[in-house]
Order: sequence, then C-alpha cells, then structure tokens
Amino acid sequence: MSTTLTTATPSALVPPARPPRRRTGKTIAVTIAAYAVAVIFLLPYVEMVLVAGRPANELLDPTYFPQHFTFKNFTTLWSSGGLGGNIATSLEIAAGATLLVLIVALPAAYYTARRKFRGRTLFLLLVLATQMFQPAAMLVGLQREFTDFQLPSPTISLILIDAGFNMAFAVWILNAFFSSIPVELEEAAMVDGCSRVRAMFRITLPLAAPGIVTALIFTFISAWNEFLVALTLSLGSEPSKMPLTVAVNNFIGQYSIDWGHLFAASVIATVPVVILFALIERRVVGGLTAGAVK
Amino acid sequence: MASRTSPLRSIGRAATPLLWIGPAIALIAVVVLWPVVVMIQSSFQRIGGEGYVVGYNGLDNFRTLFHEPYLSGVLLRTLVWTVGVVVVTMLISLALAQLFNQRFPGRRVARWALIIPWACSVMMTALIFRWALDRSAGVINVFLHDLGLVKLGSNHADWLGNPHWAMFWMMLVAVFVSLPFSTYAILSGLQGIPGDVYEAASLDGATSWRSYRHVTLPLLRPAILVATLINIINVFNSFPIIWEMTKGGPGYQTSTTTTYMVAIKQGNVGESASLSVINFALVIVIVIVYLATTKWKEQVDA
Repeated sequence: MSTTLTTATPSALVPPARPPRRRTGKTIAVTIAAYAVAVIFLLPYVEMVLVAGRPANELLDPTYFPQHFTFKNFTTLWSSGGLGGNIATSLEIAAGATLLVLIVALPAAYYTARRKFRGRTLFLLLVLATQMFQPAAMLVGLQREFTDFQLPSPTISLILIDAGFNMAFAVWILNAFFSSIPVELEEAAMVDGCSRVRAMFRITLPLAAPGIVTALIFTFISAWNEFLVALTLSLGSEPSKMPLTVAVNNFIGQYSIDWGHLFAASVIATVPVVILFALIERRVVGGLTAGAVK
Repeated sequence: MASRTSPLRSIGRAATPLLWIGPAIALIAVVVLWPVVVMIQSSFQRIGGEGYVVGYNGLDNFRTLFHEPYLSGVLLRTLVWTVGVVVVTMLISLALAQLFNQRFPGRRVARWALIIPWACSVMMTALIFRWALDRSAGVINVFLHDLGLVKLGSNHADWLGNPHWAMFWMMLVAVFVSLPFSTYAILSGLQGIPGDVYEAASLDGATSWRSYRHVTLPLLRPAILVATLINIINVFNSFPIIWEMTKGGPGYQTSTTTTYMVAIKQGNVGESASLSVINFALVIVIVIVYLATTKWKEQVDA
C-alpha cells in the first residue's frame, strides 16, 4: 500500500515511488497468506451450510461432508416452525428502527455539522454515551421500563431500543458527510430563493447519499441481528411471532438440538445481511470510530 | 432583528437547536437515560417473582449480591475474559491489517471473507462453534481426532463441559468475531498515513521492522486506541457467546458479569439490578479514562 500512497505525492527529492519488480516473491507470499486467512474466516460459515444440508440420519456421522446434500431442512422450515412469521417480525423491527434512526439522526447530524450552538458538546457527548453504553449494561432497566409501557407487542419496544442504540453511528457518519459538503453550495441555492430546509433536501442530502445508505444498512443489520433485548422482551410471545434470532433458539430443546433446522434458519438469516454489509464495508469503520476520534 | 429582539424571538432562537436535535434527545431519554434511572431504582427495591415491587430494601440487594459464593469468580473471569480477548484481538488485528494493506490480486474478495463474522449475528457464530465442539460428531473434534489429539466421544472431547476449556474456546470465538472490526479500524488508520513518511524512513536506512516499530505504530496510536476502547466495551458487555455455548455453566463457572446478571434476573430482579449498576459504573470508568486520555472534548470543539 505504501507504494500506492507514494505515487500520490510526487516529489523531485525522492527516488521513484514504485520500486522495481523484485517484489513478485513477496506478492505471492502475501497472496497465499491473505487467502489462507480468508479461508479460515469462511470455514465456520461453510460448516453452517454443510450442517444445514445434512440429512438428519447423517448428522452424527463423524465426517467432514454429508454423503447426500439435501435442502429438506430449508423447505420444512416454513411448514413446521413457521419461519415466515419470524422473518416478518424481524423485518418490521429492522425496518422500523432504520426509519426511526433516519428521522432522528438526519436533522441532528445536519445541525451539529453546520452550527456551533450552546450545548453542542454536551449533545455530542450524550450521543457518544449511547454508543458506549450497550443495552446489555442496562438490561434490567430496559426490561422494567418497557414492560411498564404495556405495549401490545414487543415489536415497538424493540424498534425504539434498536434505533436508540444505533443512532450514534448514523449521527457520526452523517455528520462527517455534511461537514465535508461546502456550505457555499447551500448558500448559493438559498440565494436562488430556496429555503434552508429546501436547500438541505435539494443539495446536501443527495450529496450525502452514500453516508445515508451506510447508516441505514448498518442500523438494519444491527437490529436484525440483535439478540439479548429481543430475547428478554419476547418472553411469553407466541413462538411464530418472535424475532428471528430468538426463534432460532427454539430449535434448542432441553435434551436435544435440531441442528439441521437451526442452521438452515441461520443461513437464511445470514445471507441477506452479509450481502448488505459487503455494500457498506468500506465506510462502516468511519461511523463506528468517528465519534471517538472526532 | 438586530435592534428589536423581542423576548419571544430570543426564546425562539434559543429553541431552534431543539427543533433539530430534540427528536434525538427524546429518543436517548426514553431508551438510554430513563432505563438507567429505572435500573438504579430497581437495585434498591425488593421485587417479587412476577416483577411487582414489594418495597424499598436499602442496600439489601447489594448485600445479597456480595454474599453470592460465585461472585468473586465471576468478577475475576470478567477481567480475564475482557483483557485476554481484547489484547489477543488487537495483536492479531495489527498483523492482519498489515497483511490486508498489501497489494495483491483479489484483495477485495479476500476482504469480503473477513467481514462475514462481523455481519453475521454473533449468536449464530457461537452456535456454529458449539456444534463444532460436539463431543461425538463436531467438526473440530473430528479434525482433532484425525490428527490423533482427541478421541471422539471421550470426556476430553467434551470441551464445553470443562469450565477451563470452555473459557478457552469461548474466548477464541470472541476473538474471532472481534477481529474484523479491529482489523478494519487499523486498516483505515494505515491508509491515513502519508507515504512520504515511509520514504523519509527508508531514506534514513530504516529496515521494515524498524520503520513499522518507530513510524507506523506511533502514527496508528489513535486508531489503536479507538479500536481498543470499542472492543473493551463490546467484549465486556458480550452476552451471546457464553449464553449459547455454556449458559455460563456448569454452575456459574463460565459466567461473566453480563451473563451472570441475566442468569440471576430470573430469580431476583433486584439483585440483578444491583449487579447491573456495578457493571454500568465500570463502563463509565472505562469511558471516562478513555475520554481523558484522548482529550475528546478538545477534539470536538476544534
């Protein structure tokens, strides 16, 4: 990487940035090592798919691969466990939390990026706090508070909680995007007769679109994967209405575990979020660390 | 509006920020601040099995908690768990970031593999490892059996039944799921280092290890600090790995404070709340130490 960086800073005083090709041996070694690491990271998930595809009678065979790969575990999920209801619940929670984060974080990020006002530091510190204090640290409080609300289903509670704890990420990443967009662009629009809010919608938001998409996908994935609060608040819910992460645990019985269906459901839960995550992969770190390094 | 500032107007001006940040504050209040109040309140209450409050009982919950025979073990284990996982994660991440920062064919594809444990639910990753450690058919045991290290179905193969080995494997899973974020954080730190810094170092005749030690590492300090902090918070609060692999058992011999708190919540909500308060205080201490060492306030004001 240093070679690519040096080419970006030409200078008469330094030797040619790209060294002559004595590096092929090193490149081969690096490639092999990197792919080995990649395979290690993939292996557990390959195993997830392999177990999901194992016929029940082969489950306890001490072999690496099933003799017959089957999709039976995937097809029977819908009839027996009613996975559709669980997916619907998880979708509602994740989409609801994502929408709420958008509504709440967008104006906050815009305003803190554009204005220095009294209480700004305090507000940003509060946002940082939501990122640092995870729901696990205050689980008892969350459970008692939201039980007291007596909402008709845990879905609304989970939307609020997932949105609250993921808002910080959206604020940081949007704040960084808004700060990088010159105010002059908005001012020019305002001179042309746009109101401030209109200028924001017409000029700034489209330019910040990559940041918005990243924030939305990140919130969606976090809410989709959330387990502890979902488990706590779904106690006593109908199994077919539980969020996916909680429902997967229903395959764990007291004496035996239905591994085939468990991992088939896990594969279904995992594939979409891995694809979504791959889309925002390069920007996620910024959102997670910006608040703490700003 | 310069000379005639009516009181109404100045109130309006002071309230403008609230229009923009008010919704965020409201959400934080409902989801983060109020639960803390309820949690602290609960820690001083006697709470019956059905969740109704019997009355205040002062410090009784804390007294009960401190008399739990398992507590000292749980606290010590939390320390070992957090420090062990974070240190190992950061060391491996530094190496992985260096590797994935090199140019090689197919780097994007290789990096995609790296993000899967990050994107996937930690609970599901933990369950894969629980299955893979199954004493008679788990793939890790099958592999170790083929290497001649473990006999399938033996007591030794029942890793998760032995508290020490269970902790080892669960810490390994925790490192595994923490690596992607840390590696990416350090990678982005590496990419922020200007190339001419290395040129200067190589002109001075520094070897690659020396330039890493004296040029790269100091410049990576901010990235390492942030990644370490976020890891400490995540690992300290981690629940799904231990819950899915051992439920903190046998006994409470593989519990950390977070899993212990959830486990005792079923029996005694007040006592669980008192442990949450202690947990929470620890997180505050960690964050304050961090904010102080990085001079956070000066940075946001800048």
